[in-house]
Amino acid sequence: MRRRSLTLAALAASTLVLTSCATEDSADSDASAGGSGASCTPEDLDTLESGTLTVATDQPAYEPWFTDDSPENGEGFEAAVAYAVAEELGYAEDDVTWTRVQFNAAIQPGARPFDFDVNQFSITDERKQAVDFSSPYYTATQAVITTAGSAAEGVESLADLKGLKIGAQVATTSLQVLSDTIAPDADPVVFNSNDDAKLALQNGQVDAIVVDLPTAFYITSAELDDGVIVGQVENSGEGGDQFGLLMEKGSPLTDCVTEAVDTLREDGTLADLEQEWLSDVADAPVLS
Amino acid sequence: MDQGAGLPQPSALELSRRAWRRSRARRSTLIGLLSTLLFAVVAYLVVTNAPGWPRVQTTFFSPSVAWESLPEILEGLWLNLQVLVLGGFLVLVVGLLVSLTRTLRGPALAPLRILATAYVDLFRGMPLIIVLYLVGFGFPALGLQGMPTSPFVLGTLAIVLVYGAYVAEVFRAGIESVHPSQRAAARSLGLDHRQTMRIVVLPQALRTVTPALLNDFIALQKDVGLISVLGALDAVRRAQILVGQSFNFTPYVVTGLLFVLLAIPSARVADALSARARRRQQSGSLL
Repeated sequence: MRRRSLTLAALAASTLVLTSCATEDSADSDASAGGSGASCTPEDLDTLESGTLTVATDQPAYEPWFTDDSPENGEGFEAAVAYAVAEELGYAEDDVTWTRVQFNAAIQPGARPFDFDVNQFSITDERKQAVDFSSPYYTATQAVITTAGSAAEGVESLADLKGLKIGAQVATTSLQVLSDTIAPDADPVVFNSNDDAKLALQNGQVDAIVVDLPTAFYITSAELDDGVIVGQVENSGEGGDQFGLLMEKGSPLTDCVTEAVDTLREDGTLADLEQEWLSDVADAPVLS
Repeated sequence: MDQGAGLPQPSALELSRRAWRRSRARRSTLIGLLSTLLFAVVAYLVVTNAPGWPRVQTTFFSPSVAWESLPEILEGLWLNLQVLVLGGFLVLVVGLLVSLTRTLRGPALAPLRILATAYVDLFRGMPLIIVLYLVGFGFPALGLQGMPTSPFVLGTLAIVLVYGAYVAEVFRAGIESVHPSQRAAARSLGLDHRQTMRIVVLPQALRTVTPALLNDFIALQKDVGLISVLGALDAVRRAQILVGQSFNFTPYVVTGLLFVLLAIPSARVADALSARARRRQQSGSLL
């Protein structure tokens, strides 16, 4: 295990200001009237079942994105966003039905059993070749978390993480940031789910794990007894990891849903929801 | 069909029969070829004219993605091979020991027999993936000094536990298939239990169960991919990571084909071994 001088990095880290949540800058409320085109109404939208909007997410659905594994209650950031989008499109709360689709099943080719899927799908150009995304409704940075007493506790720079054994969930931006930005000397340890990663962290099988920042806060505060946020990875991806609503490739809904998300962003609804559900996310140290 | 030099020429009738048989054989080969070709063409047309084919082609059979993902997947396959070789060897040892324990005679050895039976019942019944989780995340959770945390070691351990139980039953079937008269004969020659097992029973039992063992070995080849749930970067997991980056499923197809390539030699060895066993067993009875 290699340790290098911390001072320089610590200095840099302490002077850096948070760059996450980049999209909440505009609070102009003049966009709502002209935004929605004539075709984006429940009567005209070619949904799975006409008159209802079928929204999918994974089972179980995790906090702080959902609460109590029950998206129907509209609580949690993503549940709230889904209902806001539905409202923007003109669907009443009762017209929204939820279905459960595993993360990997949502990206398979072929017909899908939902109108859109909200499950922290990061938008990437490669993925866009296989599915459609709405415009981003949230920008997340990635964070490194550990347990008290682990070798990663108190680390203040990315360079000091290199000699450690770090894990992440498969097929996530967290894993990509782990292997590209942190680039540890040993192979990353890759788990099926964040639950497995957490367990391995508690067992000491890994020194730290990488998750997105809101999840990091939830895991360290509510799920781990001695969880510690080491810090967020500076500039993980360009302007962070943008989440979009996922739709079938060439879905007739893509434009309308994107328009709805844009409207919600411009009129400040998304920022309000972020404030309501993801407010603790603001102050984690930045690792560079 | 070698004819000895001293044998008389076959009759004209026999020669014409042979010619007829040859022509029939040619005919059926030809028909077989044609029908296979026809089937292939029809299957090809049906698949390629399916409405979703272009999408399936780019998502599952993209040559460029396959080529780019190959080095990464091969690197992962190396880990699978290591687990396979080490695991396969340990499975044989465990299986043999357990089956010998289960076939022990004598009332005083009852606890050993019960233990072996319980082990087999437990691990033959439990799904491998659950054993992997329990061993892979449960053992390190004990926090014992010196407990390994590497997914390679823990994954191999879980696989050996499950496959050891299967293989123990295969061995036991082999041991019990040896006719009791063999044992009786061995004992009457003055061999004790251990000698009887080693010299008389096991050699015959092993020959009987070789095809079954190789069958289990091929099953093991595929199941080593499951150690990825513990965080090991094996071929399956590397493919999964590549799929997650692009939503293109070609790396899965590549991995699947690599595993098939791995299984084919084992299948041929299994065929050859059982053919040899058949020849040997029947050669004696032809006298």
